Amino acid sequence: MAITIKQLVLWLETASQRILQQKSYLTELDQAIGDGDHGINLSRGFQEVTSRIQSTEYDDVGQLFNAVGSTLIQKVGGASGPIYGIAFVKGGAALKGRQEITIAEFSQFLHQGIAAIKSLGKSEEGNKTVLDVWAPVASYLTENGENTDWAKAIDHCWEHAEKTKDLKATKGRASYLGERSIGHLDPGAVSSAYLFEALFQTLADGNRAV
Amino acid sequence: MKKLINHPEQVVRDMIEGVVLAHPDRLKNVPDTSVLIRADAPVRGKVALVSGGGSGHEPAHAGYVGKGMLDGAVCGEVFTSPTPDQVLAAIKAVDSGEGVLLVIKNYTGDVMNFEMAAELAEAEGIQVTKVIVNDDVAVENSTYTTGRRGIAGTVFVHKIAGAQAENGASLQDVERVALKVIENVRSMGMALTSCTVPAAGKPGFSIPEDEMEIGMGIHGEPGTHRAKIAEADSVASQLLSLVINDMGLQEGDRVAVMINSLGATPQMELYVLNKTVGQTLKSRGIQVHKTYVGEYMTSLEMAGCSISVLRLDEELAELLDADADTLGWK
Repeated sequence: MAITIKQLVLWLETASQRILQQKSYLTELDQAIGDGDHGINLSRGFQEVTSRIQSTEYDDVGQLFNAVGSTLIQKVGGASGPIYGIAFVKGGAALKGRQEITIAEFSQFLHQGIAAIKSLGKSEEGNKTVLDVWAPVASYLTENGENTDWAKAIDHCWEHAEKTKDLKATKGRASYLGERSIGHLDPGAVSSAYLFEALFQTLADGNRAV
Repeated sequence: MKKLINHPEQVVRDMIEGVVLAHPDRLKNVPDTSVLIRADAPVRGKVALVSGGGSGHEPAHAGYVGKGMLDGAVCGEVFTSPTPDQVLAAIKAVDSGEGVLLVIKNYTGDVMNFEMAAELAEAEGIQVTKVIVNDDVAVENSTYTTGRRGIAGTVFVHKIAGAQAENGASLQDVERVALKVIENVRSMGMALTSCTVPAAGKPGFSIPEDEMEIGMGIHGEPGTHRAKIAEADSVASQLLSLVINDMGLQEGDRVAVMINSLGATPQMELYVLNKTVGQTLKSRGIQVHKTYVGEYMTSLEMAGCSISVLRLDEELAELLDADADTLGWK
């Protein structure tokens, strides 16, 4: 199965909407263990992404992801701007010139994005960050490839977002809490779950339509 | 939320325009950015200093732009690090060819955004060096974590490195002095009340009427612990002894002290705190070269304070005393 540019654009629009809807919830999560701006900043950035990708026709996945990443870097601020942004910019670099991509290529994009996040954030899985959702989602897609069951993929990503509750933060603003960060969801992991949930929903709907 | 604003999304923009209208002789806004720079920037033959971070800490950082301190300040959204393109715009606007020192407070977002900007500037042929301030002793220092936050002690870095740049020192020498300040400054804060980020519309947390939070960060990040509210003497002693012990201050040392309001705490209370701080230092045989009392690094309308101590040698004392002409340094 190929993922078309149209589907990717639809994914990003859906994700923007979802993040806007959950703006207050994400901000509340961040107020508990961070500085309380995650929902505000991320929804501002994704609204900009939506208006940028709606005003341009893309026929190149690499270009699309580059536009998404640089918009996030320029409009979000905080740590989440560079983190989400660099993943799209660096992860998307290999997809230059492609009009559609396979699931294997999409998971490759995620793996490259994860490497970029790790290097920028000097972070690893288990630090209670976005990586605790990105990494399991990437592995899941690599493992299941064309046979991915989208409903199960959604469950999988939420399961991992939920697991951040038990982790102790060692990177990012929640790290100031140390042990006291345990028991709270990581806001970045939750926003990542919304991002990937939107993707899996888009792909599931696309398959049904075909 | 009860605030004198127009629209939560417009607060920073409106503030910048208000600043420029009030002080056109000192500051200018780089068009289409949230960057404020010296009216006479770029200053020929001088290393330039750029700092910044989220807004809501006024007078930090734009209040420290001027002769003898910063050349530019990047104003992010409230409590949110500015983006790399904004930082890059500041670097380009103030660089005179002698290089630019970035003074960054140690927060994940600030470090990432400023580092990305530094890379972009270097790619354009501008010499950039960065220092990261981490003076908050409330946070455990560890190489495995994000580490200590940068708070009010950052203002001493602006002042002293800025004076060294004004003296015509090289980028490397300005960096050396900045690092010396960072190594010798420690701070510790506490809060009595919360604050409201305009776009959030409600307080980030709440502190019961009879409690206080020790070690509170300047963005409302949780501190080390909650405690029953105590008298100023006891609060000042607690904060000061954590600072003194962490920096290993000894009899005969010479220091500068900063008693900083987080926004809502009035000068009267700051001076009450300083009575204890000044007396304690004196009784320990520590010489106070200068004491700064007021709003230096605030957290919107939060009530509370931070106490910073900077160990001085001859060089740092001289640079601290040098003239500076900015809105926020008194």
